Amino acid sequence: MGRYVLRRLLQMVPVFLGTTFLIYVMVWAVPGDPFEGKCGDRDCPESYVSAMRERFNLDDPLLVQYAKYLGNLVRGDFGLTSSGLQVADRIAATFPVTLKLALVALAVEAVIGITAGVVSGLRNRGFLDSLVLVSTLFLISIPVFVTGYVVQLVFGLQLGWISPTVTSPTIGNLIVPGFVLASLSMAYVARLSRASISENRRADYVRTALAKGLPPRRVVGVHLLRNSLIPVITFLGTDLGAFLGGAIVTEGIFNVPGVGGLVFRSILTKDGAMVTGVVTVLVLVYLLMTLLVDLLYAVLDPRIRYD
Amino acid sequence: MTEQIVPLVDERPRGLFGDAWHALRRRVLFWVAVSIIFLVVLMALFPGLFASGDPNLAQLSRSRGAPSAEAWFGYDNQGYDIYTRVVHGARASIVVGLLSTVGVVLVGATIGMFAGFYGGWLDAVVSRIADVFVGVPFVLGAIVILTTLNAGGDAGTVRIVAQVVLSLSVLSWPVAMRIMRSTAIAAKQQDYVKAARALGASSSRIITKHMLPNCVAPVLVYSTIALGAFIGAEATLSYLGIGLRQPVVSWGVMINSAKDYLRVAPHALLFPAGFLTATVLAFVMLGDAVREALDPKLR
Repeated sequence: MGRYVLRRLLQMVPVFLGTTFLIYVMVWAVPGDPFEGKCGDRDCPESYVSAMRERFNLDDPLLVQYAKYLGNLVRGDFGLTSSGLQVADRIAATFPVTLKLALVALAVEAVIGITAGVVSGLRNRGFLDSLVLVSTLFLISIPVFVTGYVVQLVFGLQLGWISPTVTSPTIGNLIVPGFVLASLSMAYVARLSRASISENRRADYVRTALAKGLPPRRVVGVHLLRNSLIPVITFLGTDLGAFLGGAIVTEGIFNVPGVGGLVFRSILTKDGAMVTGVVTVLVLVYLLMTLLVDLLYAVLDPRIRYD
Repeated sequence: MTEQIVPLVDERPRGLFGDAWHALRRRVLFWVAVSIIFLVVLMALFPGLFASGDPNLAQLSRSRGAPSAEAWFGYDNQGYDIYTRVVHGARASIVVGLLSTVGVVLVGATIGMFAGFYGGWLDAVVSRIADVFVGVPFVLGAIVILTTLNAGGDAGTVRIVAQVVLSLSVLSWPVAMRIMRSTAIAAKQQDYVKAARALGASSSRIITKHMLPNCVAPVLVYSTIALGAFIGAEATLSYLGIGLRQPVVSWGVMINSAKDYLRVAPHALLFPAGFLTATVLAFVMLGDAVREALDPKLR
C-alpha cells in the first residue's frame, strides 16, 4: 500500500508540472502588453513597467520564468497580484466558500442521485424507473446556467421562497446554489447507480444472502449497495475536483464570493499570478482526489489490492 | 423440416450496425430525437423558411416587448425580434457542435487507436499528455484559451467560431482518445487480429480493415452525446461573454444579453434557453438510443 501511494505520488509530478506549465504559458505568453490599462487611460510609466517586468521575471526565457515561479511555489510563496495583494491571502479568503459550496453539491448529488438510482434499479421497467430515466435525461440536457437562472427567477424573484443572491455564504444559503451546481452530475450518479444495481441484483451473492434468510433491507443496504457503489464512488470523487473548478457559472449567477468569481475576474484583467495560483491549487486538489478514490476502492472491495 | 427452416434464414446475416438499426427502428425515443434534430438542422440551413425577418434589425421603440401575435416570442432589450434571432441562432450552435465533434473524434480516435495498437512508450507518453489536459478544469481552461485568443481584438464571424471550436476540441480530445484506446487494447487481443497478422497483413491494413470497423461503436456513441454537450458548452462560454459574441447570433449570445434584464423581460432568456435545451436533449436521447442498440448486453 505504502509503495503504491508513493508510486502514484511520483506519477502525479509530471502531470502536475505539465498542467501548471500549460496554464502558465497560456497566461503569460500572451501576445500583447500584460500591463495595458493598468494605469487608467494613460500609458504606464516606464519605471512602473520595468519594475513589474522585474517582479514577474518577464525578461527571462519562458522556461526560466516558469522554474522561478515553481521555486517560489514550493516554498509556499504564490507571489503578488499586479495590484500588490498576496495571491495566497486572496485564495485563502475565497477557497473555503467554494469548498463549502462543492461539499453541499456533493452531498445533494450523492443523496438524491444514489437514492433515485437504487429505487429505479431495484424496480426494473416500472413507473418509477421510467420517471427517473426521463428526469435524468432532462437534467443532463439543461445547461447549468439555464437551471440557475430559472431557479433564481421562479423561486427567488416570483415566489420569493429564497433570496436570489447569496449574501453570506452559510451552509443554509448555499443549498440552492449547491442544487444547481449538482444538477447535472446528480443525473449521472442516478444513472450510474441504477445500471450498477440492476446488474448486481441478480448476482450469486445476493441470492445467497436472500437464501440464508437475511431481511431484504439488509441484503440491499449492505451486500448489494456496497458492491454496486464502487463506480459511483469514482464518479463522486473526481466530481469534487470538477465542482471546485466548475463553480464559475453557479457562483456568478448567485453572487457567491468564491474562487470562481475571483479567477474569472483575474482572467479578464490579465492578472496572471492569480490565475496560475488558483489553477495550481485546483489541479492539486483534483490529483489528490483521484488518488483518494483509488485508495477507497481497496476499502470497499477487498478483492482489489495494491502492492 | 428443412422446408420450414429455409424461409426463416432467407435474410442475409446482419452485422452489428444492421442489428442496431433493426432495434432502433422500433424505438419511439429515437424517432422523436431524429425529428427534433432534423428540424434544428433545417433551421440552421434555411432560416428563411421559418422566419422572414432580419435577425439584426433592432428598434429601441419596441424594447422588451412581451410576446404577442406579431412577435411570437416578444422583443429583447435592444428591440430585436426574439423569434427571428432564435431561428437564426441555430446555425452557429449546430456548426460549433458539429465541427468540435468532428475535430475531437478525428484527433482523439486516431491518437487513441495508435496508442492502443502499438502500446509501449507511445502509449505511455500519449496517456500522460492526455492526463495533463484532463487535469485542467474545463470551463477554466476554455476561458483562459479564449481570452488568449480574443486578445487580437475585433474578429470576423469565421474567426470567432473557429476559436470556440478550437478551445472545445483542445480540452476534450483526451476523452475520445481514452475511449478509443481501451477499445483498441481489447480488440488487439482478439483472434481475428491474430489471424490477420498470421496471414501476413501489415499494421496499417490491420488497423484500417480489421480494427477500425470493430472499434468504432463506442466512439460513435460518445460523439452523439458529445455533440449535444458541445452545443451546451458553447452556450455556457457565450453566456460568460468570451465564446461567441456579436456579430454572431447564437442562443448563448442571446442568453448573455438577456441575463441582466431577467426581472423585467424573462421571456428574452427563456425562449433561447428552451431551444438550447431541446436541441441538447435531442442529441442526448439519440446517443442513449444508439448506445442501447449497439450494446447487445442492454438489449
